[in-house]
Amino acid sequence: MQGAAGATRAEADATEAQAPTPRATPESAPAMANVEGPRAKTIAVRNLNLFYGDFHAVENVTMTIAPNKVTALIGSSGCGKTTFLRSLNRMHELTAGARVEGEVTLDGQDIYARGVDPVQVRRLVGMVFQSPNPFPTMSIYDNVAAGLNLNGSRVKKAEKDEVVERSLRGAHLWNEVKDRLEKPGSSLSGGQQQRLCIARATAVEPEVLLMDEPCSALDPVATLAIEDLIGELKNRFTIVIVTHNMQQAARASDVTAFFNLEETGKPGRLVEVGETETIFTSPTEKATEDYVSGRFG
Amino acid sequence: MQAPAEKAARLEPATLGGGMLPDWAPYGVIAGSMLFAAALLAATGAFSVALLLVVSTVVSCLTIYAWSRAVEGRRRALDRLVTFAIIAAFALALTPLLSLLFEVVKRGLPGLSWEFLTGTPRGVVGGGGAAHAIVGTVVITAVTAAISVPIGIMAAIYLTEYGGKGRLRRALTFFVDVMTGIPSIVAGLFAFALFAIFLGPGIRLGLMGAVALSVLMIPIVIRSSEEVLKIVPNHLREASYALGTPKWRTIVKVVLPTAFAGLVTGVMIAIARIVGETAPLLVTTGIVDSINTNPFEGRMQNLAVYAYSEYRTPGVMKQASYDRAWAAALTLIAIVMILNVVARLIYRRYKTEIR
Repeated sequence: MQGAAGATRAEADATEAQAPTPRATPESAPAMANVEGPRAKTIAVRNLNLFYGDFHAVENVTMTIAPNKVTALIGSSGCGKTTFLRSLNRMHELTAGARVEGEVTLDGQDIYARGVDPVQVRRLVGMVFQSPNPFPTMSIYDNVAAGLNLNGSRVKKAEKDEVVERSLRGAHLWNEVKDRLEKPGSSLSGGQQQRLCIARATAVEPEVLLMDEPCSALDPVATLAIEDLIGELKNRFTIVIVTHNMQQAARASDVTAFFNLEETGKPGRLVEVGETETIFTSPTEKATEDYVSGRFG
Repeated sequence: MQAPAEKAARLEPATLGGGMLPDWAPYGVIAGSMLFAAALLAATGAFSVALLLVVSTVVSCLTIYAWSRAVEGRRRALDRLVTFAIIAAFALALTPLLSLLFEVVKRGLPGLSWEFLTGTPRGVVGGGGAAHAIVGTVVITAVTAAISVPIGIMAAIYLTEYGGKGRLRRALTFFVDVMTGIPSIVAGLFAFALFAIFLGPGIRLGLMGAVALSVLMIPIVIRSSEEVLKIVPNHLREASYALGTPKWRTIVKVVLPTAFAGLVTGVMIAIARIVGETAPLLVTTGIVDSINTNPFEGRMQNLAVYAYSEYRTPGVMKQASYDRAWAAALTLIAIVMILNVVARLIYRRYKTEIR
């Protein structure tokens, strides 16, 4: 399981990465015990260049994201972390004028190949956003079931109930909301809303979960709750998390990738990727050391 | 007056020990100014209500400014002056509306009766009701809405969700703007000419009127719906995409429900705008004395045209005709007001907190 991500400057050899280990069942979420969860996948990125119109936002990223691990993307604002993250489930192209060059494979399958439906990609690669964004017109229940309803799959009520309960338990929200599932999602507190969004994203059983600064709008207690949750979720998913909070990267991630840009206007690039502990204690690149030690800029 | 102003004043050392006008000052100034203006006008012999209001407004503005300036200082004085000016402008804007409402109610009530609401003039000499016009108004408006709302909302969806910054989008926006400026009689003549091509000249149908009104209503629906759809935050669309939802389902299940209250309000306002149209209906639906509920056949009366024709060609008993014209106007206003109240209720019930 050390795989490719262990080495600094990981080369993309994802195609030959071994199958992920079977998921461990988190003890604290008994509802998940006998449910066959999704299989986490390896993401391999090769020579990825991202553009907004003429602006070159991310340059030449090559890295492998290991399954069942938490990969943190750190770096200063504007260095392309979020852009990179959004390219992993083809959300990048939703911005007008956005372009992608290079290759992103999900267990060997190129998600940017011709004929690949971005909608299908997004079913496999879920996303949690910076600020909690439950659907304002839907109840807590419907928010979690949204993925099932919105995909048009005809699911029986009993089955839906089960998915909702399992997802909410998985997001540590069940006990707080089980008596008011019909209340609107916006009636919850910020931290609860973010956990609701995580439940919503996991309810469709994706294989990869992308998180774009999921705690930036939350207080420390809610942040801790989400971080604990991330630690559990990695048993079922491949997790990529963008964070500005270096303690968070250190606490919650197994692998850390440091992005940087030489100066404003230049594209962001991947400086170094490696085991979180290595990155924070003995990074190979000077820029990484400066950044993680707070000597930066 | 306002809390923020007071706070700011407290921060200013210069006004710390400053005086303050008594609470009754504004009312006192207004009352005093009116008395003064009345006396002045009576003395000069040019008394009239309108002049009294104008003079007392000017006098009270000047008085409050001068008084406040002497006691409270320049900044507070200006605040009071502007407050007075805004209240005066508000009253001025409200006057025609209230006067119109008052006049219509006063003149419309005598003509309003059970017979007016349920009867028709068919076979009645110098009397009868406006039921045919009420029914016609409802049918024509309903058909218009049935044509315009789907077209308008779908066009708005295209503009906000699919158009991007493309040429088609810009062209559409331009023509929608042009369409909002079309004089209503032109819309009527357009529908008249269109139907004359297929069904021959001299044709009059409820449907023709609906088509003419649609020309007027569609741009309003597009404009209001577009604005409402624009404020649906993008992060909701993205949240939906991230769940692997196709774009059309995202629009149907996330964007439209979020914007529902605003869409309904926009449609109601558009209906209120076209329900009282006269000119286009005069040339397309014609004038008739009996109830017609079929928009695809025969002439159809409506309230606006009814009011017009009762006034234009009164029967033997002129006053009765005039009364009916006013009653029709009152009924029309009542319908618009009911629509507005319904729109507000729907808005309150379904509005979503959008952050």
